[in-house]
Amino acid sequence: MDVDYSAEALAFRDEVCAFLRDNLPGDLRRKVIEHRHLKREDYMRWQDILAARGWLAGHWPKEFGGQGWNHVQAHIFDDETSVAGAPRVVPFGINMVAPVIMAFGTPRQKEVYLTGIRTNKHWWCQGYSEPGAGSDLASLKTRAELSGDGTHYVINGQKTWTTMAHWADMMFCLVRTASDGRKQEGISFLLIDMKTPGITVRPFLTLDEDHSLNDVFFDNVRVPVENRVGEEGKGWTYAKFLLGFERTVVAGLGGSKRELATLKRIAATEMRNGRPLAEDPRFAAKLALAEIELMALDMTVMRVLSSRSKSPGPEASILKIKGTVLQQTLTELMMEAAGPYALPFVPEAQDSLADGVGPAHAAQLAATYFNWRKVSIFGGSNEIQKNIIAKAVLGL
Amino acid sequence: MDLSFNDDQKQLQDALAKFIERDYGFDRRRAHQLAAEGFSREAWTQFADMGLLALPFAEADGGLGGGAAEMLVVMTAIGNGLIVEPYLATVVLAGGAIARAGNAAQRQELLGAIAGGRLIAAVAFEEPGARYDLAQVATTATKNAGGYVISGNKAVVLHGAQADRLVVSARTAGAAGDAKGISLFVIERGAPGMAVRDYRTIDGLRAADIAFDGVRVPAANRLGNGEFEEGGAFAVIDAVADAGAAALCAEAVGVMESLNRQTLEYMKGRQQFGQPIGAFQVLQHRAVDMFIHAEQSKSMAYLAAIKAPVVDRADATSAKERRRAVSAAKVHIGNSGRVIAQEAIQLHGGMGMTNELAASHYAKRLTMIDFVLGDSAHHLARFEAA
Ligand SMILES: Cc1cc2nc3c(=O)[nH]c(=O)nc-3n(C[C@H](O)[C@H](O)[C@H](O)COP(=O)(O)OP(=O)(O)OC[C@H]3O[C@@H](n4cnc5c(N)ncnc54)[C@H](O)[C@@H]3O)c2cc1C
Repeated sequence: MDVDYSAEALAFRDEVCAFLRDNLPGDLRRKVIEHRHLKREDYMRWQDILAARGWLAGHWPKEFGGQGWNHVQAHIFDDETSVAGAPRVVPFGINMVAPVIMAFGTPRQKEVYLTGIRTNKHWWCQGYSEPGAGSDLASLKTRAELSGDGTHYVINGQKTWTTMAHWADMMFCLVRTASDGRKQEGISFLLIDMKTPGITVRPFLTLDEDHSLNDVFFDNVRVPVENRVGEEGKGWTYAKFLLGFERTVVAGLGGSKRELATLKRIAATEMRNGRPLAEDPRFAAKLALAEIELMALDMTVMRVLSSRSKSPGPEASILKIKGTVLQQTLTELMMEAAGPYALPFVPEAQDSLADGVGPAHAAQLAATYFNWRKVSIFGGSNEIQKNIIAKAVLGL
Repeated sequence: MDLSFNDDQKQLQDALAKFIERDYGFDRRRAHQLAAEGFSREAWTQFADMGLLALPFAEADGGLGGGAAEMLVVMTAIGNGLIVEPYLATVVLAGGAIARAGNAAQRQELLGAIAGGRLIAAVAFEEPGARYDLAQVATTATKNAGGYVISGNKAVVLHGAQADRLVVSARTAGAAGDAKGISLFVIERGAPGMAVRDYRTIDGLRAADIAFDGVRVPAANRLGNGEFEEGGAFAVIDAVADAGAAALCAEAVGVMESLNRQTLEYMKGRQQFGQPIGAFQVLQHRAVDMFIHAEQSKSMAYLAAIKAPVVDRADATSAKERRRAVSAAKVHIGNSGRVIAQEAIQLHGGMGMTNELAASHYAKRLTMIDFVLGDSAHHLARFEAA
């Protein structure tokens, strides 16, 4: 047993760090570190930089244009970019639909869509949830009926909570192609061009007054049959395969490392009784406990990595639960550290690098705290993850 | 011992419940919140008509002589309706400071105007970097002919930009951190040398950062001028802040009860896997914990209200006992409030994350109450020291 990286892995890490030093734009970094909202062009700018280096899809197999990084390299890359304050890579294309297309897609789908993702040409969104189908995803109702000539599916229905649908070129979407039999059967997995007539995207705000979420309505939307992934009626299998990847992404270990560092920086500048907050024994204890949680999660990720099969199994649920709870703890501690200056809410400071009120680090902490309540809800809520562990791991 | 409400108090409770139902629905509240001043003058006038603005003050000062029970009723209703009008700032904090520290003329003029709904007021106690320690006053009040010159900065002053008058703590002697040497001054809105940055707070209220740069105030504007010595206001500030914290505790209880009710309703209505999510036992226990948190919080809010009256009373408990009770309540309610808010959002699923849902606004207010007049960490230390 050995917890240290190999010389090869260390060399890779150095390469990543050097790249970040030279290529990560300072304004983007500042936005990320200060929890400001990123715009589409912010994400695109960074993803273009990665794509140019061939690293946007570095963890993809070489046959699909990736670098063929192993799990350890992919992990190092994710860790270092997050810690450095790079914008996260929007996961819907790169990490979510891509593995499904690689495993189940047609040669044409691989050619068109994997290339589009790898070169940062297509922005994807995830059309799973519906108003009546959240945790109980399999009860989804959006209908897809074959056109008379059998060349198209005609889609009617509604998706909701669709993150960044207003920026997306493509959606991977679960639709119902049959309604007899078990509800998990009769679901198909479609790739939909967001410019298709009949699609309406309606934005709505989250409680921190951010716009990332949308309803998406389908009114007789015609999707070519060749845009179906795999077999008709087998979409549930592909969807679940994908969710395993979503849950590892959502653990957000690298991001938590960055946030812990930010928290320490804030606690070193904020004062309590004339001393830095970091030296207040009560606060220091909370900080230490969060750091210990992070170490445990880090080691669990390493254990999973060193044993991992192709698709993440139920252990992904552990990572999702612990990773999201840790992220939420960190946002809570940062907000506490800001003290009364957690209260001001200055929308301009949220959407740009404009000054807020009070110390610069405080401006976004409460908004981030509230926004981060989402991570225990999406990607399969933490309650659902526990149900999975109870069933699949504990056999209850 | 009697921890129940009498008929008059129950009547007030009913009247407030009716007001919220009829005149203060969620959409109305949102409109008030987004209005230029961040609240509604019309609602304020209604509060005056209902006697709410005169409630805690002594009859001799034109008030109604209400006590702990009345304040519990009003503040809980403010939480129930998520009311954004500056009741805490004007009546409890500024009113409390004037009632406690003002001379007869000041009480007469200012409390009368507050009670009649003609005066919005606020207190500027907290300074940047002071982290809830109200003795950390670096703002100075330097004597000159006929009055004082005030210079310094105040942070996150609740309703500071909307207030016609501010009650400002400033140092006439000593160094920041000393309890001694602090006085309270009444400063008018727009006084030359005052710079106000008004902003929204994340929980739907308004606050301001205020800089005083050589602001001149006449000696008559020192609270208690001619009656109380200069430099002795910290005891008043401490008592007023405790009354404010007790009021916030009652408000939090109102928010909790309302939020728990909304969450329960949602759990009964929302269907997943062919049943209401409220049928899942794991969620039932969470709802039960939220309920117990609210009940325990209510008990602590009662204790705080009894021990920390808005105006001084002949039968007032010792400052030490008051501090212990208020800090205990604030710690308890800070923690319970955070938990209930988190759970309410979680149990609503994605819905809990939306700006359109009332519950998410209740959750924000409930969470942020902990950041006003001392958070749980601050009060835990204060409880230990008391
Ligand atoms: C910010 C955000 C972004 C999102 N982005 C996307 C996206 O891009 N694409 C997409 O398709 N979806 C997206 N979602 C939707 C997300 O996946 C759903 O919100 C999630 O699956 C929960 O569903 P729900 O909101 O309907 O809650 P519900 O399923 O109604 O759950 C409500 C509560 O009940 C609990 N619960 C439900 N069933 C059980 C059970 N059997 N046992 C115990 N507890 C249970 C839940 O854990 C939760 O606490 C997003 C959501 C959010 C908040």
